[in-house]
Amino acid sequence: MDINLIIFSGLAIVMIVAAIFAVTSSKIMRATTNLLFVLFGTAGLYFFLHYTFLGAVQITVYAGGIVVLFIFAVLLIGKGSVDVTQTSLRRYLAGMATALTGMILTIYLIGNTDFASDKFNGEGVAIKELGMALMGTDKYNYILPFEVMSVLLLACTVGAIMIARKK
Amino acid sequence: MSIPAEYMLILSAVLFFIGIFGFFTRRNLVSLLISTELMLNAVDINFAVFNAYCRPESLEGYVFSLFGIGVAAAETAVAIAIIINVYRNFHSIHIKRLRDLKH
Repeated sequence: MDINLIIFSGLAIVMIVAAIFAVTSSKIMRATTNLLFVLFGTAGLYFFLHYTFLGAVQITVYAGGIVVLFIFAVLLIGKGSVDVTQTSLRRYLAGMATALTGMILTIYLIGNTDFASDKFNGEGVAIKELGMALMGTDKYNYILPFEVMSVLLLACTVGAIMIARKK
Repeated sequence: MSIPAEYMLILSAVLFFIGIFGFFTRRNLVSLLISTELMLNAVDINFAVFNAYCRPESLEGYVFSLFGIGVAAAETAVAIAIIINVYRNFHSIHIKRLRDLKH
């Protein structure tokens, strides 16, 4: 058996189990920790694709930033953060049925579609190439989305301060 | 020897629908946000996988995945500010209490 496949299977099992705990655990702190495991697993998947910069961004922004934000929110909210009230069985079953139906349908479609996905070369993207593409102004370069993203982040910083500050 | 693309797509589909399940069943704003993060994360995986396996010479999926992570960070910051504000006003983040705008 291929070593890549074994590592991928381990990663996939850890991610799926952590994701299930993240949406079913009754303590929000545990759910957040399990979300962290899913995000680290995703970074591992990016390293599998040889997208090392994307994996590093995933770890720093998602696992380092967003999870810390979540933990801050949970600690600030305190007592209200425990999911004390259980959902009704009917809603639970409805959610389960929807998710399972969608999952089975999607997996069936993935299995029956030819994606022409045999061009994987395992070289990844050179960081110089990526930097030129993000900052370039030619065709297939991304200076405009990059600048729009910086404006979005500025707006969201100002908006978050405005919303969260005391009157 | 590399992993088939379908395995990664199936993994991201499973993560996405676990997020959907959490979104339908959780009754707490922070839990709903965690479910949303799971779904966004699954979408980012899909972008990166399609880029790596179908068009490795271009950068569209890679860059879109990067921007998706940025948008997720922005969305989480604003959402957590709103949740803290809601908690300050209602002393609860259970969505049963938040029905003033509903009717």
